[in-house]
Parts: sequence; C-alpha cells; structure tokens
Amino acid sequence: MLAKRIIPCLDVKDGRVVKGVNFVQLKDAGDPVELAALYDQEGADELVFLDISASVEGRETMVDVVRETAGSISIPFTVGGGIKSVEDMQRILRAGADKIGINTAAVLDPGLITEGATRFGSQCVVVAIDARYNPEWQDWEVYTHGGRKSTGIRAVEWAEEAVRLGAGELLLTSMDADGTKDGFDLPLTSVISRKVSVPVIASGGAGQVDHFEQVLTEGCADAALAASIFHYKEISIAEVKEGLREKGVPVR
Amino acid sequence: MIAIVDYGMGNLHSVSKAIERLGGEAAVTSDRVGLSQASAILLPGVGAFGDAMAALRETGLDQVIVELARSGKPLLGICLGMQLLFEESEEHGAHKGLGLLPGKVVRFQEGTYKVPHMGWNRCSWKQPNHELVAGIQEGHVYFVHSYHVLPSNQDDLVAVCEYANQDVTAIVARDSIYGMQFHPEKSGELGLMLLQRFIEVTSAVKKA
Repeated sequence: MLAKRIIPCLDVKDGRVVKGVNFVQLKDAGDPVELAALYDQEGADELVFLDISASVEGRETMVDVVRETAGSISIPFTVGGGIKSVEDMQRILRAGADKIGINTAAVLDPGLITEGATRFGSQCVVVAIDARYNPEWQDWEVYTHGGRKSTGIRAVEWAEEAVRLGAGELLLTSMDADGTKDGFDLPLTSVISRKVSVPVIASGGAGQVDHFEQVLTEGCADAALAASIFHYKEISIAEVKEGLREKGVPVR
Repeated sequence: MIAIVDYGMGNLHSVSKAIERLGGEAAVTSDRVGLSQASAILLPGVGAFGDAMAALRETGLDQVIVELARSGKPLLGICLGMQLLFEESEEHGAHKGLGLLPGKVVRFQEGTYKVPHMGWNRCSWKQPNHELVAGIQEGHVYFVHSYHVLPSNQDDLVAVCEYANQDVTAIVARDSIYGMQFHPEKSGELGLMLLQRFIEVTSAVKKA
C-alpha cells in the first residue's frame, strides 16, 4: 500500500536557509545541505526547497546547493521558486533535483507545464498553487507572486487545467490556513484532490499531529508539507509518523 | 567500476553519487569501450519509453547493451531502465524494448487510484532467498511511474508492491540481468542496501 508522505519545506535565500531553525545538533543551522541530510535521517519522505533569492547570483548558488544535496541525501527533493523557463528547469534537474515546482510562471505561461512535461516527464513537474477563499465567489481563487497578486482564476479549475497540461503533482497551499497552525484547509484540499488524477501535496496550517491525520484522510491529500513546526522542533517528523501509524494511516 | 549509461535520459548524478557513497566506483559513459570495461552496467531512465529506445538506437547503445548482457555482464535497469529490458511497451503507441527479458509494459488502468504511482510503497519479496534481497528486511521504497511491467515469466519476479488492486513488479532478475522499478538511490536506507547488494553481487562476478 502506498504510504502517505510527510515533507518538510526549506526556504533558501542566496544559498542559506532562512526562517530561524532550531536544531542544536547542526553545526551550521543555515546550511541547507546539512539540514536536508538531517531531515532525511529523521524520516522525511521527501524535501522541498523554495528558492526565494531575488538575484541572479542567488539563483546560481541554488544550483550548487542542489548538486551538493543530491550527493548527500537518499530521498527525492523538489526545487521551486523563480523557475521561468525550460532552461531553468533543466539546470536544476541536471544538478540532481528530482522535480521542479512552478507557480507564477505556470499561470503566466501555462504552456511551460506542457513543455517541461514533454521534455523531462510529467513526474518532474510539480505545479504549485497558492489559493485563497474568495467570499464573493464562494470559491477559491489563485494568487501568484508569492501570494501578492490575485488572478481572477478559480483554483479548482486551474488545478484541473494544470493536470491536463501535464503536471505530475500539485502542491496546494491554502493562504487562509498558512501560518495559522489551526490545521490544513480540508475543504479546499479534498475538493481538488478528488478532481485530479495526480497526487496532491497539502500545505499551510500544520500545527499538530492531528492536523496531518485529518488532511491525509478527510482532506484526501497524498502528502502533507510543513515548514516552521519542523524547523522550530515543535513537532518532529517521527512524532507525526507515529501519530499517523496509530490512527492507521499508512506511512513509511 | 560500474558504468552508468548516459543516453540523455534522466538524473545520472544522484545514482552515481549513491554508488560512490556506498564505496563503489561509478563512471557515466556513452560508449562501447566504457561499457565493455565496466564490471557492471547500470541503465537509468526517466521519461518516455519510445524516446529512450530511440536515443539508445541512435547511438547503437541498444545493441552494445544487449550483447554485453547476453555475454554475462551484470546489468541493472532502474525505473524506465528496467522497463526497457522487456520486449515491448504500450506507452504512447507500441514500442519495442531491448527484449532481454520476456514480458511487456502496460499502463495502470483508470481507477480510483492516482496515476502516476508516486511515493513510498512497501515491497514484499517473492523470492526471499534471491541474492539481491536475501537477509534484507522488506520495506518501503520510492516509486514514480505510470506504466508497469508484466513479466511473462513469473520466476523472474523477485519483489512486488501492492498498488491499483494488483501486485506491481518492483524487482526482476534473471541470470545477471536485474531491474528495479523504484529508485534505489532515492529510497532511503533500504534503497541503498539494495544498491549495495547489487554492487556486491557484481564484484563477486568480477572475481569469479
């Protein structure tokens, strides 16, 4: 039986992990490669690096981080942030990443999804969707540019379109739930996960072990992603897995 | 030295690093000499079956691999690389494979489950005493694929996992031809143990 995946997300800027990280055993808490290796040891099923570098130099540094990470961990990892072209994808994939995540660039140029899928295979192309509930529509709306721009696009429709265009997986972040620690957005996640044929990674809102259980059962998610609760050691990956196992959710 | 076949498909860096971390020697190569001199050949692969076969044929590597494998040089196909070992695939039309093992590659039928089969699935050994898995505990490994292998010869099945209401081929072996549908280099400790075992088995061949 396929296990549900638990995925820590690391924000990297100019080759350094940002957002304080609370790992006493790390020599250098800002080193993404060392942190990635630690999460691998702790039982993370996969990793996501989000490159938030604003400069060309920062993005070049990310390629080095990817190369080094690929040589030191034995779980798959995705790199997202600032990928705008097939050439950008190729650079990251050749350096050893397993998948690339595209968000704003996919909305601006949906053909990029198809190009990437044709060239590297659908399994490499993760379309990241940032969604927020629009009370007027009574439906979720897609946001781009790190959640700063509304698009007028319905999230459920965009999810289906992205899959039709070749996305192999969706990384779905609820902007309403993100940062609240009140739990994942179950209605949003389940609506989209039931509509698409590819796996859905739920993101935003993780605060306790139960939240993971809810989103992976009721929320129909295939994987759950979290950042701060893992970085700040509020919950360990082992605790999440143990809690899931007790509730009968299949985990590795 | 293990030769990793470079035919423009897939992520060669991770698998070559994994072999090095296990104390093996790996070289990425795309020529006959490199493959002939190696103690074993590793055929990776990500992407579509037809494209991969076309790329192998274009460089003549398909024949080199078949000749060397038939002469007893150990060969390990990973993911699409395993599928290529078989006779044919129905991925985007009908395509002939290397034909080293009897069987075909088919798509997961539409159903209530997700395709691709992506993530960690639990393998169980069909042949617990097979040299590749003997003494190693069953566990989860990382899969990413939309097509799967139906081997004609059930004796070639070493391990399976359960997905889409069926046993899915996870490890195959016959003589010194091996295949893993999952990515051992991405499958944590168990994946590395299986890769290590392949290295041990092939160095035993070299000594003999």
